[in-house]
Amino acid sequence: MTPRVFTPLVLFLVIGFLIGPFFIIVAASLSGGETLAFPPQGFSLKWVAKVFTVESFQESFAISMLLAIGGTAAALVLGVPASYALSRYKLPFGETIRTIVSLPIIVPGIIVGLALLRYIVVPFGLNITLTLFLAHTALVLPYAVRVVSASLNNLRSDIEEAAVLLGSSRAGAFFRVVMPNIRSGILAAFILGFVTSFNQVPVSLFLSGPGVRTLPIDMLSYMEITYDPSVAALSALLAFMSIGIVFLAERFLGFSRYV
Amino acid sequence: MSDASFLSLEKLTLAYGDTVAVKDLDLSIRKGELVAFLGPSGCGKTTTMRSIAGLLSPASGAIKLDGADITRVSANKRSVGLVFQSYALFPHLTVFENVAFGLRLKKLPANEIESKVTAGLKSVGLSKFSARKPGELSGGQQQRVALARSMVMEPKVLLLDEPLSNLDARLRLEMRTELQRVQKETGVTMIFVTHDQGEALSLADRIVVMLNGAIEQIGTPEDIYNRPISRFVADFVGFENIFAVEGGKLKAGNGPIDLSGSLPPDTAGLAWRPRMVTLGSGPFQGTVRGASFSGSTREYLLDTPLGAIKAEEDAALAARETGSAIAFGLPVEKAARLKKFG
Repeated sequence: MTPRVFTPLVLFLVIGFLIGPFFIIVAASLSGGETLAFPPQGFSLKWVAKVFTVESFQESFAISMLLAIGGTAAALVLGVPASYALSRYKLPFGETIRTIVSLPIIVPGIIVGLALLRYIVVPFGLNITLTLFLAHTALVLPYAVRVVSASLNNLRSDIEEAAVLLGSSRAGAFFRVVMPNIRSGILAAFILGFVTSFNQVPVSLFLSGPGVRTLPIDMLSYMEITYDPSVAALSALLAFMSIGIVFLAERFLGFSRYV
Repeated sequence: MSDASFLSLEKLTLAYGDTVAVKDLDLSIRKGELVAFLGPSGCGKTTTMRSIAGLLSPASGAIKLDGADITRVSANKRSVGLVFQSYALFPHLTVFENVAFGLRLKKLPANEIESKVTAGLKSVGLSKFSARKPGELSGGQQQRVALARSMVMEPKVLLLDEPLSNLDARLRLEMRTELQRVQKETGVTMIFVTHDQGEALSLADRIVVMLNGAIEQIGTPEDIYNRPISRFVADFVGFENIFAVEGGKLKAGNGPIDLSGSLPPDTAGLAWRPRMVTLGSGPFQGTVRGASFSGSTREYLLDTPLGAIKAEEDAALAARETGSAIAFGLPVEKAARLKKFG
């Protein structure tokens, strides 16, 4: 085969492999039948409508949103000063700190989840929601530090000195000239963190208990009992939500520069 | 405070961790003076400037400004302005807001800020650009914004880090004129750091030549250019034939050479510019090893018993052939007398 045929073919197969399942999910969710199946039997929007009536979905959606927004915000509160310190000062053990901060992405989630359950939740009887919140904060922190560091590294540090010589305090210089210039980096980190937290399964799987479940975990257990297309409908809705967020981020922030 | 020591550095020692960058530096600067810190990179000139700004605390010694000891005064309370080499404009603010930044921190009334910023931008010829962001300006324009931003604060001392080095030849001349005008109009004391002797000679009232964290020589541009007192300064300003002197004799490749005329006893060396070497006449003999034509002059490299000698002659004279023997002289009365050699 010539490269003229071969290259587009490979491209087509790769893209098909990556986004094919998405089209299958969307198609399955519009099915008129009673079970999750592809190709769909008939066409209806009833499963999409049903998603909004399942009570546990509403509760777990609220928890997932809370974790995604709260956890990411907490990760940024910790991550922005950490990135600033790591990028501006020669800290003792700076590299070690950087490594520790990135550990949650390196260590498999299943291990993090098991460890949190076995050594935090069980012995200390820690509240599940609080543990989930702490776990999601830790999981998002590496992304926050990485993305914010990238935008800090693009910012010359002498503007802070310039602000100080014009009468600002050191802390004032941070809020007046650093923060406004890394704002888009912080927003990008927030979106990335939000999506990461919202889609997180393995850690949440171990920590979800009675009454406290994140949406992906709730979907898993729903499917074990009820094998209808509403899960596909919910998946499709969530996928559209993620696409929408990333699209807006790219449109307004040039998101892809940071990831 | 006398007028001669508006700004004074006393036994100033500056260090980064254990590395001493500047040692026991003493310097007095008059009010309204335009001083250049000149030296190669790593000589301590930028470090000294940063300590005057308050961005670096001295390990020991004192900095006094306008009669007050400011050694421990923080950078934001010193009334010292600094124009950074990279300009350090705030990218998220407009030109107007950049210039207004310090005035807003001073909490001046809005109309006063407005009029000061407008006047500041007008004086650097950028009134039309007040609504632009720094990223939309050329390097030269950005530098003028940085200059206006510092000057509206009415600093007692204005520091400039390599103010001309990022500009092309035409802008360089423009900025040089601009700085001289600002200095003349406001009477602000200015110190600028440079590694380019041409910049220092053309702009400064007084030049402080630095080497290895210490002052090598202080003088007017004429002093530095015509009367360097050390081997380093002589070499830096273009004396290319430099010899040590010991016991009144020139130390050269093939042993000491007697000099006609006597030298002051503290003479440690003598230095000649290529054009001070007399070609065709004189007590020494050499061979022309190479020649290069540079428009108005011709430069010769001579092999001589004294070592290699660089000489220069008017290009209107006939070219001397490579390989030919030639007599030459090193007139002692024209030489720079070096008190420091090594």
